[in-house]
Amino acid sequence: MTLDKLSAGSVGVITAVGGEGALRCRLLDMGLIPRTKVKVVKTAPMGDPVEIRLRDYALTIRLADAALIKVRPLNGDGEEKEPVGGAAT
Amino acid sequence: MTFALVGNQNSGKTTLFNQLTGANQHVGNFPGVTVESKSGFVRGYKDVEVVDLPGIYSIRAYSSEETVTRDFILNNKPDGIINIVDATNIERNLYLTLQLIELRIPMVLALNMMDEVRSNGGTIDIEMMSERLGIPVVPISAAKNEGIDELIRVAYETASKRELPKIYDFCSPGPIHRCIHAICHVIEDHAQDADLPLRFATSKLIEGDDDKIISRLNLDKNELELIDHSIVEMEKEHGLDCNAALADMRYSFIESVCDGAVVKARESKEHLRSAKIDLVLTNKYAAIPIFFGVMLLIFYLTFNVIGKFLQDLLQSGIDSLSSVTETALTSFGTNEIAKSLVIDGLFAGVGSVLSFLPIIVVLFFFLSILEDTGYMARIAFVMDKSLRKIGLSGRSIVPMLIGFGCTVPAVMATRTLSSERDRKMTILLTPYMSCSAKIPIYAVFSAALFPKYAALVMIGLYIFGILVGILIALLMNHSMYRGNPIPFVMELPNYRFPSPKTVAMLLWDKAKDFITKAFTIIFFATLAIWFFSTFDIRLNPVESQSSSILASIGAFIAPIFAPLGFGSWQVSTSLITGFIAKESVISTLGILTSAPGGVVNAISQMFTPRSGLSFLIFTLLYTPCVAAVSAICRELHSKLKGIGVVVFQCVTAWIFAFIVYQIAGLFMV
Repeated sequence: MTLDKLSAGSVGVITAVGGEGALRCRLLDMGLIPRTKVKVVKTAPMGDPVEIRLRDYALTIRLADAALIKVRPLNGDGEEKEPVGGAAT
Repeated sequence: MTFALVGNQNSGKTTLFNQLTGANQHVGNFPGVTVESKSGFVRGYKDVEVVDLPGIYSIRAYSSEETVTRDFILNNKPDGIINIVDATNIERNLYLTLQLIELRIPMVLALNMMDEVRSNGGTIDIEMMSERLGIPVVPISAAKNEGIDELIRVAYETASKRELPKIYDFCSPGPIHRCIHAICHVIEDHAQDADLPLRFATSKLIEGDDDKIISRLNLDKNELELIDHSIVEMEKEHGLDCNAALADMRYSFIESVCDGAVVKARESKEHLRSAKIDLVLTNKYAAIPIFFGVMLLIFYLTFNVIGKFLQDLLQSGIDSLSSVTETALTSFGTNEIAKSLVIDGLFAGVGSVLSFLPIIVVLFFFLSILEDTGYMARIAFVMDKSLRKIGLSGRSIVPMLIGFGCTVPAVMATRTLSSERDRKMTILLTPYMSCSAKIPIYAVFSAALFPKYAALVMIGLYIFGILVGILIALLMNHSMYRGNPIPFVMELPNYRFPSPKTVAMLLWDKAKDFITKAFTIIFFATLAIWFFSTFDIRLNPVESQSSSILASIGAFIAPIFAPLGFGSWQVSTSLITGFIAKESVISTLGILTSAPGGVVNAISQMFTPRSGLSFLIFTLLYTPCVAAVSAICRELHSKLKGIGVVVFQCVTAWIFAFIVYQIAGLFMV
């Protein structure tokens, strides 16, 4: 599952960061690296970009860029969800 | 002794810089770069200079802000680095710290916003941090001016003793460790010959994003292959590619530094407060109306209330000074021409430009509040989608909207954009947002030629300007600014109360900036126009403007406008004076036509609706006024580019006016 599919309020753990060049480096530099916990806070009024929260700060990224980040969803209190074949939302 | 002040955006860097230097600041120019840096002398230390480098998150070669920092530190070799770190957001801030440590320069960590950490019940073990990072750490609060003296003292001591960071190995045993040490071994001599810090060069080789540094190492083919091999080997073992592996190494090290040293007691008040404010300000339905409401309020206060009041005050001051001077000169029996130079040239010219000053100061007062509170970042977040199609990000919307008021502060406001590409593009687009000084032109022409459709014509012109701007932006995206825009990955800082000192310093800066301009470029331009309108070709003073050099120039260039439907010398002369101020177009036209029944009557006789429309399109798009052009020159750091903008806009204006004139010919006479 990718970060853009994560609904507002839910939390995920990054498993891989895609993209290339300046964008990818920027994502990594900002701390979006595998094993990092990310929470989707809200979507902008026009539906894009999204506000996410990680490492105690808030970041905004565009949906197209969020789609490059693979996450494993966690449930609300940060516990791992049952592995149900990627159908978790 | 020189220090470089380096830190993330939103880390309080500007506030610290102002605390360190007070008013002893000047703008520094580094050869070959267009990003501006300020420097200043530290209070109480006459020989200690601090250079405020751009706010960055990492040292890579992807943006000019990053290369400026890299080049300044590598080439100018400051005696020390003061790295400011936001303690409330310590992990991400330390990421840059680790890269700075690799540069092997005496370094001090200024741990900012410690007051916030403490008030939320958190603690940071300063000694443990310092030991684990291998550099001195000083807790400060830049906004409250706490710990600054201690910071200066420690920085001075560290730099005097040339104490290098004690730690520079961030890797734990494993594939990345082997890779780094293998590469270090290969390039050690090269790095020394090239005068590059070894660890920094190694990181750049692994990241592979900085060709300039890599080529400086002068590695031969075998060595490059060897390095490639170790990287590939590492990636295979590690499971992450080189960039992710390095980022992972740095963040893992940071986590180990913070572990046990940083204690967060509870969710920070500032964050909770921000989240609450955001429930309203970035609300799904309210955000956009609130944004436009805020902009309208700022416009209203600036152009109608406060700014207008101050402007009128300044104007009446200049007027009375001018009339006192005139009386004095007359009673002294001064030569008429000399008197005209002082009154019509100096006072009128500089006076009309200076009257911009209150508007600029008031506008920047509001803008700096938007910026410093953190609302500007939310505006970018809310409006981003609408600007993406033209290759810009949400950050550009504010300068562009200000352009509808006045191009000068709009262009100056682009300074807050974090990427140079976006900044340049926004500067080039702002003049297409029709500024308020053009309203009299539209109003008078509409009244004379389209009395029934005045409002429609006005709105139409505004929309036409925006459409041309979008067209130009799309063209730029496909030519000059092709390639990847700087990614829109932007921090949303907590809302904060702006520091009055920072706001005041910014206002002082902008005012100084503008006054300097008013007395250089703008001053000479107004004097030139005065000269051309006071003398005829034989340098005799003229009775009426119609025989002046200006009128001759107007007559000379008039044929250029013939295909647009307005080839008379009066019109072209008024367009020239419009370069000084757009308001002059109508007044010059009035003087030169001197028709009974005023300028409206004159226009309805001189123009047909068809040629009037074409004229309106031309004035909408042609060169910005001299004050705006000088602001553009300043922000693009090039007079040539500024002139390029003037030429480009005149040509565009001509082409569009021509097209409109031809199309209108199909419908009207």
